[in-house]
Amino acid sequence: MHAVAADRVWKYFGDYPALRGASLEVAQGACVALIGRNGAGKTTLLRILASLSKPSKGDVKLLGLEARSTEARSRIGYLGHGIGVYDDLSAMENLILFARLLGVEKPAEAAKSALERVDLWRVRDGLAREYSRGMRQRLAIARAFLGNPELLVLDEPFTSLDDRAIGVLQQLLSGARSRGATIIMSTHQIREAMELASDVALLERGKMIFAGPRTTEMMLDPGWLYRTYAERRPGDAPA
Amino acid sequence: MREKLILTLGSLGTVLMLWVIYRVFLGLPAEILQGDIYRIIFIHVPAAITAYCLYGVAVIASVGFLIKRNFVMDSLAVSCVEVAQVFTLVNLVTGSIWGRIIWGIWWTWDLRLTSQLMCFLLYLGYLLLRPAVSDPTQRGVMSAILAIFAAADIPLVVMAIRLKNVRTQHPQPVLETGGLDPSFVAPFVVSMVALMLIGTALVLIRLQQESTRREIDSLRRELHAV
Amino acid sequence: MSGFSAAIAIASKDLRTELRTKESLNSAASFALVILVLFSFAFDLGRDEFLAISGGLLWLVYAFAGALIVNRSFARELPNDCLDILIASPAPGWAIFLGKAFASFLLLMIVELISLPVFGVFYNVPWVDSFFPLLLIMVLATWGITIAGSAFSAVTVNVRLRELMLPVLLYPLLIPLLTAAMEMTTALMNGESLGGSNSGGLRILTAFDAIFTALAVYLIEYILVL
Repeated sequence: MHAVAADRVWKYFGDYPALRGASLEVAQGACVALIGRNGAGKTTLLRILASLSKPSKGDVKLLGLEARSTEARSRIGYLGHGIGVYDDLSAMENLILFARLLGVEKPAEAAKSALERVDLWRVRDGLAREYSRGMRQRLAIARAFLGNPELLVLDEPFTSLDDRAIGVLQQLLSGARSRGATIIMSTHQIREAMELASDVALLERGKMIFAGPRTTEMMLDPGWLYRTYAERRPGDAPA
Repeated sequence: MREKLILTLGSLGTVLMLWVIYRVFLGLPAEILQGDIYRIIFIHVPAAITAYCLYGVAVIASVGFLIKRNFVMDSLAVSCVEVAQVFTLVNLVTGSIWGRIIWGIWWTWDLRLTSQLMCFLLYLGYLLLRPAVSDPTQRGVMSAILAIFAAADIPLVVMAIRLKNVRTQHPQPVLETGGLDPSFVAPFVVSMVALMLIGTALVLIRLQQESTRREIDSLRRELHAV
Repeated sequence: MSGFSAAIAIASKDLRTELRTKESLNSAASFALVILVLFSFAFDLGRDEFLAISGGLLWLVYAFAGALIVNRSFARELPNDCLDILIASPAPGWAIFLGKAFASFLLLMIVELISLPVFGVFYNVPWVDSFFPLLLIMVLATWGITIAGSAFSAVTVNVRLRELMLPVLLYPLLIPLLTAAMEMTTALMNGESLGGSNSGGLRILTAFDAIFTALAVYLIEYILVL
């Protein structure tokens, strides 16, 4: 059973197809770096995988379950562009709420361990509004990893993180991988992603033009993928 | 092909309407109780009936859009609502004129006029909401929800107006007094058919516009993505 | 976690954040009080004349306050993309919706109960004698306002000019509910009871609540998951 099985997914905004028959199979325990230019459809695809959006056509199965099913949603952790925590609640209140919604057994304990992992336990009663930017980012990460999800869907998680938050995220990601969790993350920071990734997927104008294991060529020269697989466009550098 | 269809329906409708006007104004005698103004009923009521049919189609198309997410249904819904609003307006204006002649007042809060006005207001909200939403999927879904809510509200509106009129004993002008004289039936029916044909032609024109707009929108997005 | 527990968790969250900041409570309550004062300047009526419009006035004030409160309902999920997290969570769409609607209901009831004595004092209205029937009307009508208002709050959450759009869409829909509430409140202020000819209003309120609660709960998934 694949952790993610997206079969010929189309997504229309009006008559414009943001995704055109994109297919992706992710084995359990893999870490996929989803790369692509702006407008390629990465966020659209990730939102569908996080059950935020329904595909116009095509089939999506997450952890062998239907995409929008309650069971699937309780085992997925999502980190999007917004931090996804309430400014007027404290860190502890935020995480307890989300733990309860996730159906976690003991919400208070789950919240405590999440806050400890991101080193926010000491300031747990501070309102999220009062946190510094780096602290808010760490709180967001804590929320995404609540309850040790089996599948993590992360949309440009490294963008605009401070160094401390990057460290925390990398730690949590490798912890998740060693637990056997599956990770799919989109990124512009190809270098950082390549280090963590076991697989790479390249999305170009709504189509998945490459999906496979990460190779040494990709690690050494991240631009190689684009040059090999992507279409040439006016204004691109010569091959 | 489509233009031919629109042209055919529109001209047929117009011709029939002209016939109706001729029959109604020249062929029929003045009525005992109301004088000449009763002739307005031949436009007033068919306009309302056509409007209701169009609102009905709009609601069905809205439900269809929610289920299938087919944007043609969304275009059908908005086209029907727009044309229905026009017919409702015709109904309101003719009703108002009739009221002015018969009772000396431009408006009365009786059951029919008020419920028609409410229909107009509810679906006016629909038309106001659409330009405020930029994403086409969101626009389609939100409009569909609104169309369904508005339709569900109409029976409640009728109940509420009855309640209010019971309490305040508002005068209840009645538009029809029993059945229609046989010589009235033909122009009435023809008028309904004529207005429905004209309505359909207008909806088709609007549908054409919508399909062009969708094409332009999608090309624009494509351009931005590149 | 069952849907109902999720709804309660979300309702408590909304109430907790609102009681902490008191944003919409303060603005809705102040607005209600200001309007009450404004109306007293606008109308220079004798007591009997005033009692005839008392229900209308009170429910206009409550409707305005209600729009302010429901507007915040889904809007407070926008900062930091919290709405996405709620939708992605296992909580069913109807639970998110009912939780928020219930929180808005309680907040609006608070504003209404605060405004009632002020209304009584400024306008010399005998509300205390018929407090319990009045409370029944308030509960039924407020639920209708918040359920329809929360649905529209979800619909207009991403829309331009949301603060303007929501009232424009909501008020026509609420007319049957407000009419019934107004009629019954006026009857109560005039010393009548809710039985007999006044019970029609209760039927309208319960019908409105039932129809729109069912519709909103059924359709909310379409609104939230695009």
